[in-house]
Amino acid sequence: MQTIDMATTPLRDLNAKLQAQAGQTNQTQWEIANPKGAHAIAVGLDAPIEVTVKGSTGYYCAGMNKLATVKVTGSAGPGVAENMMSGTVVIEGDASQYAGATGQGGLLVIKGNASSRCGISMKGIDIVVFGNIGHMSAFMAQSGNLVVLGNAGEALGDSLYEARLFVRGSVKSLGADCIEKEMRPEHIAILQDLLDRSGAPAKPQEFRRYGSARTLYNFHVDNAAAY
Amino acid sequence: MDSKKIPQTVPRQSWTFSNEVNAEIRRAAATGIYDIRGGGAKRRVPHFDDLLFLGASISRYPLEGYREKCATDVVLGARFAKKPIHLKIPVTIAGMSFGALSAPAKEALGRGATLAGTSTTTGDGGMTEEERGHSETLVYQYLPSRYGMNPDDLRRADAIEIVVGQGAKPGGGGMLLGQKITDRVAEMRNLPVGIDQRSACRHPDWTGPDDLEIKILELREITGWEKPIYVKLGGARPYYDTALAVKAGADVVVLDGMQGGTAATQDVFIEHVGQPTLACIRPAVKALQDLGMHRTVQLVVSGGIRTGADVAKALALGADAVAIGTAALVALGDNDPHWEDEYRKLGTTTGAYDDWHEGRDPAGITTQDPELMKRLDPIEGGRRLRNYLAVLTLECQTIARACGKSHVHNLEPEDLCALTIEAAAMAGVPLAGTDWIPGKTGF
Repeated sequence: MQTIDMATTPLRDLNAKLQAQAGQTNQTQWEIANPKGAHAIAVGLDAPIEVTVKGSTGYYCAGMNKLATVKVTGSAGPGVAENMMSGTVVIEGDASQYAGATGQGGLLVIKGNASSRCGISMKGIDIVVFGNIGHMSAFMAQSGNLVVLGNAGEALGDSLYEARLFVRGSVKSLGADCIEKEMRPEHIAILQDLLDRSGAPAKPQEFRRYGSARTLYNFHVDNAAAY
Repeated sequence: MDSKKIPQTVPRQSWTFSNEVNAEIRRAAATGIYDIRGGGAKRRVPHFDDLLFLGASISRYPLEGYREKCATDVVLGARFAKKPIHLKIPVTIAGMSFGALSAPAKEALGRGATLAGTSTTTGDGGMTEEERGHSETLVYQYLPSRYGMNPDDLRRADAIEIVVGQGAKPGGGGMLLGQKITDRVAEMRNLPVGIDQRSACRHPDWTGPDDLEIKILELREITGWEKPIYVKLGGARPYYDTALAVKAGADVVVLDGMQGGTAATQDVFIEHVGQPTLACIRPAVKALQDLGMHRTVQLVVSGGIRTGADVAKALALGADAVAIGTAALVALGDNDPHWEDEYRKLGTTTGAYDDWHEGRDPAGITTQDPELMKRLDPIEGGRRLRNYLAVLTLECQTIARACGKSHVHNLEPEDLCALTIEAAAMAGVPLAGTDWIPGKTGF
């Protein structure tokens, strides 16, 4: 276990050290002490290492992550795991706005609640939120899966493309072109896998699925009121 | 009285309800949808044509045209980046996406720019091998849509341009209609084939200058503080936007006026939102000067640059470089009279063709049609662009020497006068024949 203390190590040195870990490194376990809400912690990683941040983080923790597993024992600020490509990011506490924004792959697990715009413009990432998510979540979400064990706020899935949304609790309102859809066996299988991998205490049968009605994919004046 | 001898009132067209306006009303009534087109503002606005250089005389002496050196090199991004961009000429190629443009067109831009010693820029939709492979210096745009965004491309770029807005549509997002969303474009953007793709107008994970500062920090951390970070602005509020971009940590500010082109958006947006390029430069320069950052943070101006005179005027007003988009496409063959018969079949004519979003470009540039795109030879296109960039540079040098400057960056507002009151006010230079700068000096 390598420990980097942010009380004495500048952010640049921290990220440079983590980014320098090649795929064959035997230094796979890293711990970051005293993050104290700093921004851009553990960004741009590109190795199968495991990084545990002991505390809470500011903006963009684990941004553009590839291959690495990043765990935050506290809460995460805005844009956690933004544009993640692969790997796993786990937040033990809550996540602020834009969690997993534009993520293209990998798994983001938020064990608390996520704020507004969770999964905005997601492009293949899987996101599992144990608690609730805020308004405008999955706005313009293109692909991937968003799983919410709690409730969803207003305008869920507004202008959605092909992402799948699974919500166990209530949905305050659906956004433009987002509708409830049939839960078929293949969706149960996808959901079961995500619940298993994230350790979420729920059964797939408890969820409802939401997706795009695909009526806004090509502009038509009759749909103008939806915009 | 013989009615035939009574003088008749000459039929008079309305200036307000011109034939052009009425045609648009009829089109709107028939379709129920606004007009979408490519390009920039077509209306007449005060522009570089309304400025003149004074030249040298007794008070200032000129440099010998073909003998005394007039340097044109420019360094972009030395404020924070470990590896700033070094260009041989102060003219760059503006961001244009693969998707909006064909792959051969992107390759031609890369070839031409590289031969001329300058940079090209990606666009919405990510980085293609054609442009990375053929562009010695490539600026990677970081857009609200984040289509195709990945850290590997971020690291193999030479600079990063965070796009906040563009001159044709400040406050608007990208648009690429279904005709151009082919399999390859759809795959790069992670979208279904054939949909009308509308990019977001705001970044998904930051709002405001304080957030932008943190976003820039993140991008620098991911790329090891090597890459210059540009911030591209549409010509909305150039003083404040430039100041805020500098505050957020930009190395370079790119400022695009309303004549700057777009691949596609609503005509009403292009013609009625944003300021002319000429009106944007001095406020942006003043913001840099007020912050003590002029020449430390470089200013790249775009929107309606056509000639070396335009380049020289932009530099004289305080820009460090310019970017061209529409002019570069014309150099490749866009709107060329060679295709007049085909333009007529599309209901338009040479010089007026702007339905780039429909993907039927006879010149094979703004299309994804496999047959049409064959019409552009990227090697020949690159050569034409190189030639054009050389002419822009030579013209700019010609003017700079005439003003007695050994580097094009030594051009200054005092070398200029304006032909109209409007241009004098916008550019902050005297009206020709006077020492009057509207809003600044008495007459």
